[in-house]
Amino acid sequence: MLLSASEWAIVALSLKVSLVAMAATLPVAYTLAWLLARKRFPGILLLDALVHLPLVVPPVVTGWLLLILFGRNGPVGSFLEDHLGIVLVFRWTGAALAAAVMALPLMVRAIRLSIENVDHRLEEAARTLGARPLHAFLTVTLPLSVPGILAGCVLGFARSIGEFGATITFASNIPGETRTLPLAIYTGLQMPGGEVMVTRLALISVGLSIAALVSSEWLVRRSGAKLGQGGGHVL
Amino acid sequence: MSSEPFFELKLARRIGETQIELNAVSHAPLTALVGPSGAGKTTTLNCIAGLLKPERGRIVVGGRVLFDSALKIDLPPEKRRVGYVFQQGRLFPHLNVAANLAYGEKLHGAEERWITQGEVVDFLGIGHLLERMPVTLSGGEARRVAIGRALLSAPKFLLMDEPLTSLDAARGEEILRVVERIRDELALPVLYVSHDMAEVERLTDSVIRLEA
Repeated sequence: MLLSASEWAIVALSLKVSLVAMAATLPVAYTLAWLLARKRFPGILLLDALVHLPLVVPPVVTGWLLLILFGRNGPVGSFLEDHLGIVLVFRWTGAALAAAVMALPLMVRAIRLSIENVDHRLEEAARTLGARPLHAFLTVTLPLSVPGILAGCVLGFARSIGEFGATITFASNIPGETRTLPLAIYTGLQMPGGEVMVTRLALISVGLSIAALVSSEWLVRRSGAKLGQGGGHVL
Repeated sequence: MSSEPFFELKLARRIGETQIELNAVSHAPLTALVGPSGAGKTTTLNCIAGLLKPERGRIVVGGRVLFDSALKIDLPPEKRRVGYVFQQGRLFPHLNVAANLAYGEKLHGAEERWITQGEVVDFLGIGHLLERMPVTLSGGEARRVAIGRALLSAPKFLLMDEPLTSLDAARGEEILRVVERIRDELALPVLYVSHDMAEVERLTDSVIRLEA
């Protein structure tokens, strides 16, 4: 199936938005996952709930909250515009922010699970061998949580590609700027004679999601096999 | 015999229902720590290694003060220069044997190291395992690699937590011979935890007892 130039532009925009959202979210998601997995502090339940909020509230509400915070008159939005010259609302970067916020809980969950699966006693062993805490983290915890990072990225990517409600609320539906695949499909449904385009775009988005899930499964299995998980004796 | 004891262990620590009170001094380079399970043997080792903090006490090994609650000394584990051979080897599953051995070695300068990887490999007979991943090792092989990894981290003393656990008699005998050679050839203070008195009597007559 060959894509027309305008369809390519939509796919490319969607990929750009999702990949930027992933790259920006990963460090945040990993830090949050590590805190939730390894630390006990007052307010941890509140943090956990906040992280999961985008998973449970209607995406439209998440988009509206982003508008309040990151809009040109919002506290964060006006600060970014005045001091850094960054405007997010109605821009593709805003679509990436919306996608990032929606993907965050999925990424945190996947990464947190894999950090919790890293035996804390291996970190202790590294300490007795002379590693300072940061070195122990970088050489033991981080590499052993790679399967969760991969799984989290793919889940988050798939979620970003499919993001609709928060994006259209916060970044609007601007062709070439914020009209990602789901928004283009929605727009096509509103147009007379848009069925062909809708069908083609829908097939593309299904294909992208399947490719993401299959590659995640493959990557996780490969890294799992390397560590010999699911077999062998206790070490 | 010098007046400086190898181990000066005074510590108090509660863990769960068990209150550990230890007050012992040993002048023997290989000292055994014995007691029934649940008496706090591993907890004691964790306190000496710096992985757990005693409520109060003083821990001195080979003249180095590792912990002293009165003097507010509490070295972090990476500064204690301890070679800790854990009950389960705790080899790093994502690194092969050679990289496991090198892990602690790389974290110490040449002036601190007193044994090379080649010497350790010969000492323990693990040359044929270097490329293997930990998951593929047998219990006895993994135990020897864990000992090698500890020796290469430039330790000033060893803690060995029941190193014969879950090994069959023949593999256990191999490890026991390694411990004897560490005692006789390496001049390294060793605190050896066991609940098997026959094993302990063969190694040393310096015994610290923990009561349940």
